[in-house]
Amino acid sequence: MNSAVIVFPGSNCDRDLAVALEQVTGRKPAMVWHKDGELPDGIDFIGVPGGFSYGDYLRSGAMAARSPVMSAVKDAAARGVPVIGICNGFQVLTEAGLLPGALMRNAGLSFVCRPVPLRVENSQTLFTAQYNAGEEITLPVAHHDGNYQADEATLDRLEGEGRVAFRYLDEVNGSARSIAGILNDAGNVLGLMPHPERVIEAAHGGTDGRRLFEGLLETVAP
Amino acid sequence: MKARVFITLKNGVLDPQGKAIHHALEGLGFAGVNDVRAGKMIELDLANGTSDGDIEDMCRKLLANTVIENFRIERLENA
Repeated sequence: MNSAVIVFPGSNCDRDLAVALEQVTGRKPAMVWHKDGELPDGIDFIGVPGGFSYGDYLRSGAMAARSPVMSAVKDAAARGVPVIGICNGFQVLTEAGLLPGALMRNAGLSFVCRPVPLRVENSQTLFTAQYNAGEEITLPVAHHDGNYQADEATLDRLEGEGRVAFRYLDEVNGSARSIAGILNDAGNVLGLMPHPERVIEAAHGGTDGRRLFEGLLETVAP
Repeated sequence: MKARVFITLKNGVLDPQGKAIHHALEGLGFAGVNDVRAGKMIELDLANGTSDGDIEDMCRKLLANTVIENFRIERLENA
């Protein structure tokens, strides 16, 4: 599996994501600078990493979502290439219109940084094939703007179509219906606030994130 | 020519920041504040002849997230 990691000014989880992808796939991902208008040929997977792109100015992810590389990411997503947006990457994907809704300031106004329990709501996706439906896992979060909001009709559609991939089991940030991660309607774009790339080996204190990448590898390049 | 863009949260969208400001005002003893909503104002210095349509485009494409925000444009003709 050939992957690409998009790098914006202010990204800070790009290297963690690259390490996770290299460990699981055996290949170094291409690190693609945001000003590049194109992705390398033959990319099977795109990761939009966490961080504070453009210093979170204006709105989290707003400027990054309009950077040149995002046109190429949108084209690839439309062709069915799997795309994951983690934390700031989730914010970028909503701002880019690849995922519905918006991520607002945490309801408690504080930056939240801790491992949180989650439920895998849908195990029949490109990204969750190695989890069991309803399984409880623990992933770390580290964000200030993780409060997922969308109108009621959008939330109902996400629930009805099995597009809520992960849900918080505790109160974390005020997200509507405790949503931690969602899919686009085609199922090939996932955005989530928790960081699977930070828990891929025992030394990290957990390995619950590793199966996301292993499942992806299995479904994308069996 | 200058224009000001006022960006506000849509009705019904929770505003944790506004709530915190409200709480702080009450803490200072200001009674009778029913609600607080926080937004932002962006001042643009524009070439003469920039059309309303261009400014609206800027708002829709970047300045406001129309999923959660409304915007209002105010031109300052003599600025």
